[in-house]
Amino acid sequence: MTTAAAPTDLLYSQAEEELRSAVRALLADRCDAKGVLDRAETGRPHDPALWHTLAARIGAAGLLVPEKLGGQGASHREAAVVLEELGRAVAPVPYLTSSVLATEILLGCDTAEAAPLLRELASGSTVCVPAVPLTLAPGAPLPAPVQDFGGGVLTGTVTSVADAVAADVLLVLADTGLYAVPATAVRLTPRIPLDLTRPLATITLEAAAGTRLADAGTARAAIAGALLSGAGLLASEQLGLAEWCLTETVGHVRGRHQFNRPVGSFQALKHRLARLWLDVASARAAARAAADALAAEAPDAPLTVAVAQAYCSGVAVRAAEECVQLHGGIGMTWEHPAHLYLKRAKADSLALGTAGHHRGLVADFAELPAP
Amino acid sequence: MTTTTADHLLARVRDLLAAHPPAGTDRTAFLRARFDAGLAWVHYPEGLGGLGAPRSLQAVVDAELEAAGAPDNDPRRIGIGLGMAAPTILAYGTDEQKRRFLRPLWVGEEVWCQLFSEPGAGSDLAALGTRAVRESGSGDWIVDGQKVWTSSAHTARWAILIARTDPGLPKHRGITYFLCDMHAPGVEVRPLRQITGEAEFNEVFLTGVRIPDSHRLGAVGEGWAVARTTLMNERVSIGGMRIPREGGMIAPVAAAWRDRPELRTHALHQRLLELWVEAEVARLTGERLRQQLVAGQPGPEGSGMKLTFARLNQEISGLEVELLAEEGLLYDDWTMRRPDGVDFTGREAGYRYLRAKGNSIEGGTSEILLNIVAERVLGLPPEPRDDKDLAWKDLSR
Repeated sequence: MTTAAAPTDLLYSQAEEELRSAVRALLADRCDAKGVLDRAETGRPHDPALWHTLAARIGAAGLLVPEKLGGQGASHREAAVVLEELGRAVAPVPYLTSSVLATEILLGCDTAEAAPLLRELASGSTVCVPAVPLTLAPGAPLPAPVQDFGGGVLTGTVTSVADAVAADVLLVLADTGLYAVPATAVRLTPRIPLDLTRPLATITLEAAAGTRLADAGTARAAIAGALLSGAGLLASEQLGLAEWCLTETVGHVRGRHQFNRPVGSFQALKHRLARLWLDVASARAAARAAADALAAEAPDAPLTVAVAQAYCSGVAVRAAEECVQLHGGIGMTWEHPAHLYLKRAKADSLALGTAGHHRGLVADFAELPAP
Repeated sequence: MTTTTADHLLARVRDLLAAHPPAGTDRTAFLRARFDAGLAWVHYPEGLGGLGAPRSLQAVVDAELEAAGAPDNDPRRIGIGLGMAAPTILAYGTDEQKRRFLRPLWVGEEVWCQLFSEPGAGSDLAALGTRAVRESGSGDWIVDGQKVWTSSAHTARWAILIARTDPGLPKHRGITYFLCDMHAPGVEVRPLRQITGEAEFNEVFLTGVRIPDSHRLGAVGEGWAVARTTLMNERVSIGGMRIPREGGMIAPVAAAWRDRPELRTHALHQRLLELWVEAEVARLTGERLRQQLVAGQPGPEGSGMKLTFARLNQEISGLEVELLAEEGLLYDDWTMRRPDGVDFTGREAGYRYLRAKGNSIEGGTSEILLNIVAERVLGLPPEPRDDKDLAWKDLSR
């Protein structure tokens, strides 16, 4: 049976609100929707200068890294707040991949070889992404490792690697362990992504040389732990995204007049937006619970994360779809940013496990077995 | 303003238990003593059942008394008094009214009901037509009209009542709020049988009912503002229950799923998991709301909890009937009964399914609550309306 829930703090602390303000101010200044779209159209969505400020000056990249390794020694709660803001701005920065997933893998390895790389990640000077498909979910079997033909010379292919185009280093799971492989040592084939703000690539290793960081067993456990954290924190990105869609849509229907009335005065629209607000308020509780459970290493963290992912994925997609619909024709245009949010929301609903996958995990944790 | 700490309250609880050991004390006597010790609702003023302490400390007191085996005041049975009448009397009552009514209300010696809704004024509550006319000599009010959906009217000693005192004013301005003696001549209570078969609600007919002016709450013509205090508290009390993980309506469905593998199908499994997740998220949302209240940052989420629980209760209880297969075709008992209190999760699956249909109607329909969220939380413009400046007597009915 499910265990009694540990005391959970679902609010935001003063420090978290200050961090939010700093990130939000930076993004308001340097990450407007038009700029995001312009860069996405060039095929190079990342903005290295924005990343440097976020990662190094605000210190967001090192939130999960202990101070002795050059990080902030903060927790998943703070990282979740950063992700809320990044979701609100559909910011094209490798935060989820480098500062959450790769960082958690390296922390999970806990080896002397991983420490120097962690320091570089924490400072934001190096971007490191795990060479796994973005759809890889916690609780799912890991994909077949690439092959080590001896001495860390790796051969194999990994598809749908997010943010690989921005990476300096890739974390590659081989049959003999986990390797740090310089991006220059692999062949990288960019794919055309549904979500323009989180680019995908196929990575081909042809006798690529890497540095071994951990043995295979340690690496697999570390990746499983990182996927759990990533899925839990993705809920906060989805929350921020949904919140932006709701706010933007409410603003639009208040100002837009049809039939000699603001369209927001029609009950059919008011009820849809009130329901969406309820969903967003609920998503906030679910996402906060996941972040807090991860930070506290609560025994029920896997269940809380699965609940948050099963719920928040759908809310983000619905919010973005409502945003497009309730903007009418404007919502279908390229120049209005609604499509960037819809594309991110839909891609996020596949990332780190679909809602259906996470409901399956809930079935396991809550002992509600399939027939 | 008194500042009272948890330690101070716990000391008072120990004094109360020492002076009135629960084992050897009459239930009513114990509850009266608890009220007089200021431990009934600690955030109320001294002398009125409280100590002016932070509301959050009530949980500390309740836990300590429960652990000592002290009797409780059966809040389910007297929920309307506790949740609606008391906060309104506290906010608008005279000192005399507060002293007279609050203690027997809290102890449960006097049950309260609410005479608001009428056959022609449900969601449009301010359209009500029950009249109260002031008698020139005595100054008493004479009330005539009909109320409906009145829970507990058959057990109630007192009622909160809104009636029209000036039909020449627009509908929100001609209403006055009264405390009505349910034993007064001219009050007739008739059971109103509902879809579950039982009669939890009543119709109340008021014919020449005399109410002294000392039982008026708030100023003449200001009844709508007073009623809004009542309604706000009603919604808070409906959405504010604390439930454990897998508590509430999802519990019996999950139990049936685990205990009876022969009932399982893949389609039902998907729906069960979706609703289990939603129930867990609703629990967390309620918990977050409580944490906000304790931290002194009340959020607007409270307006939404009733909507969420109404929808979830209906979907979950509907799933339960389907899960039970052949048993779902059966009902436990159609006998007409008049229960003392409301039990949403009681009895069997068919009852839960039917009773849950009321969750989106009672205490404000979901449609009205969605309007409230849209207008007050999201700031969306109101719908155009033409009843605001017209005299009530000139409105179409």
